[in-house]
Amino acid sequence: MSTESAQFHRDADRLTHDLRHRAWIQKALGGYYIKRDEQKAKYTDWQQARASAAAAKYEAVNHLDKYLSELSDKLAARGTKVFWAADGAEAADYIASVARDAGVKRIIKSKTMTGEEIHLPQALEKAGFEVVESDLGEFIVQLRGEPPYHIVFPSMHLTRGQIDDTFQKKLGSAHAETPEELTMIARGLMRQKYCEADMGISGANFAVAETGHISVTENEGNARLSTSLPDVLVSIVGIEKVVPKLDDLAVLLPMLATAGAAQNMTCYNTLLGGPRQPGETDGPREFHVVLLDNRRTALLADPEQRDALHCIRCGACLNVCPIFKNIGGHSYGTTYQGPIGSVITPHLRGLQSWKHLSFASSLCGACGEACPVKIDLHHHLLQNRRNAIAENPVWWEMPIFAGFAWFMRRPGLYRFAAPLLRLAGPLLHAIRGKDIDPMSLWTRTRDLPPAPPQSFKEYWRGRNAKR
Amino acid sequence: MSGLFPVKITLFIPCFIDQYYPGAGIGMVRVLEKLGHTVEYPESQTCCGQPAFNSGYWDEARSVAETMLDAFRDAEVVVGVSGSCGAMLKVFYPELFHGRPREAEAKALAAKTHEFSSFLVNVLGVGDLGASFPAKATFHDGCHGLRELGIKREPRDLLKHVRGLELVEMKEAETCCGFGGTFAVKFPEISTAMGEVKCASILETGADLVISNDSSCLMQIQGLFDRQGQNIKSMHLAEVLAHF
Repeated sequence: MSTESAQFHRDADRLTHDLRHRAWIQKALGGYYIKRDEQKAKYTDWQQARASAAAAKYEAVNHLDKYLSELSDKLAARGTKVFWAADGAEAADYIASVARDAGVKRIIKSKTMTGEEIHLPQALEKAGFEVVESDLGEFIVQLRGEPPYHIVFPSMHLTRGQIDDTFQKKLGSAHAETPEELTMIARGLMRQKYCEADMGISGANFAVAETGHISVTENEGNARLSTSLPDVLVSIVGIEKVVPKLDDLAVLLPMLATAGAAQNMTCYNTLLGGPRQPGETDGPREFHVVLLDNRRTALLADPEQRDALHCIRCGACLNVCPIFKNIGGHSYGTTYQGPIGSVITPHLRGLQSWKHLSFASSLCGACGEACPVKIDLHHHLLQNRRNAIAENPVWWEMPIFAGFAWFMRRPGLYRFAAPLLRLAGPLLHAIRGKDIDPMSLWTRTRDLPPAPPQSFKEYWRGRNAKR
Repeated sequence: MSGLFPVKITLFIPCFIDQYYPGAGIGMVRVLEKLGHTVEYPESQTCCGQPAFNSGYWDEARSVAETMLDAFRDAEVVVGVSGSCGAMLKVFYPELFHGRPREAEAKALAAKTHEFSSFLVNVLGVGDLGASFPAKATFHDGCHGLRELGIKREPRDLLKHVRGLELVEMKEAETCCGFGGTFAVKFPEISTAMGEVKCASILETGADLVISNDSSCLMQIQGLFDRQGQNIKSMHLAEVLAHF
């Protein structure tokens, strides 16, 4: 068992027993379902919208060479510097060098999962810069030293009381009761940071090849401030974020809002087109776009699962996943939690270390059904399982499945032996749930059905004998 | 094909239905024969291979699946009593045999295979089977039947004609019960937590009976209810419909 797998088992087992946590997440998502369905009902045809969104992403992902160079050219034409980063280290080194060259001391960041993926805040802090997160949820988990709990709702696991506690301990603020009071504490601190920061960092929800725009979606206005006030701006963009046309945003932006946050549109949608142009009075003087691979091309090379690059990081698959709802986001130990994380993490960080996430699924398919860009998520989990086993079969499973196949290929033997196995069941009653019970993994928490006196095969033979 | 013309139907009875839930298979036989159709049952069928398939052992799954291709080679119409094993034949066999010598056979089997409730409603066009079963019941959608095969309305259409049966919908009927085959024993804690959520939704309805078109889900749900000491019963759809 990999250390990642051991951590997952330990944390998931602990969280499933935390009934308060389970109830909290169920309650939080209960409200989301109602609002999401209200928003979905406003679409003439949600399935058609999904097909359009998926088609836009399919076109982009299957012609990345074309659209990325178009994007790069269009960005450069207005004075933006484009840097192609093969991995996280290259990206972080480049951003640190930009900061050093511009004499930057303080950095303000708006939420970016791609930044989280490459541990960008940690790398910049290590390089000596102050890095402040401006997204409220992300700010709270940063104060607590935790990774984001959910792609879209980083602090959804925390109660108001816990946030108050964190603010009192880390910011020395007075006790606050209401969400408004808590927000004002963060806002008071943040306004100062926006004014002091000499560099802003953003992620990207989309990057438009046709016009050379970085599209940023948010609800707090923090990304708009982070990207427009500081003198130097860096956007970190996964290469799969490119879309061919500005028109594509007409379907992708509302779908991201609906699937992700149960909104018709998010409050702020910004298109970043370049640094301050001659004659303009505000905006950053330098704009750098970092296009990040970080093994996305490995996923691109897999035609079976390439559509996982369609992901717009809306979090809809997490919100409907019964596994996520019972084990929470932190148990995954990944940047991207839930079904999409279970699919892509093995590609991004190694199949053998992360295959356990693909097995930790009942394959219910709620994720694929919810996905606004139609990623075939739960079938990809099956493919990851197959690939993991083909590469490295589990030593104790091999004889079990070889024996299973050998037995099931012999209908005569099955007919004779299966009833013996079935009727042996009641003999195990005395050791039910104990460690020596071969079925203990089932019987510790659940009863087994009583063995019926006759199988269907026996019924059928008896019936035919009577005729 | 319609309800009016007799059809020769080949039964697909997966291994755990055969051994643990023969009542579901027997119910299916009774319903189909009542409608005037002929049923046959190739005894050489064993398991669809899903445990190996879902565990990543596709070579082993394929060798078991070949036994099923052989068993159903001469069948005209195959009707299965489990949504999950039905999805294995209909959806996953073509994938399992993709680019392999028996791909055409796998696709042919997929095309002629039907899940029980879908066959009754969509192929035979029947609704009222003359069943009577006084109970307050709720229906659990098995995920494979629901999402792989698109079955949602069919079992409800059949159940609404059952005399004396009051059907109440549970909250989140479409949420997985947590069974998931080998998942249930590979991740027993997660599986149990998911099952507890499902059981709570069922209890909330006040129903004393859970009906499903998948006995594997019912094994999970009933197993938890029995352990909790709840007096809730579970039955396969075919067993309820066979009460005439």
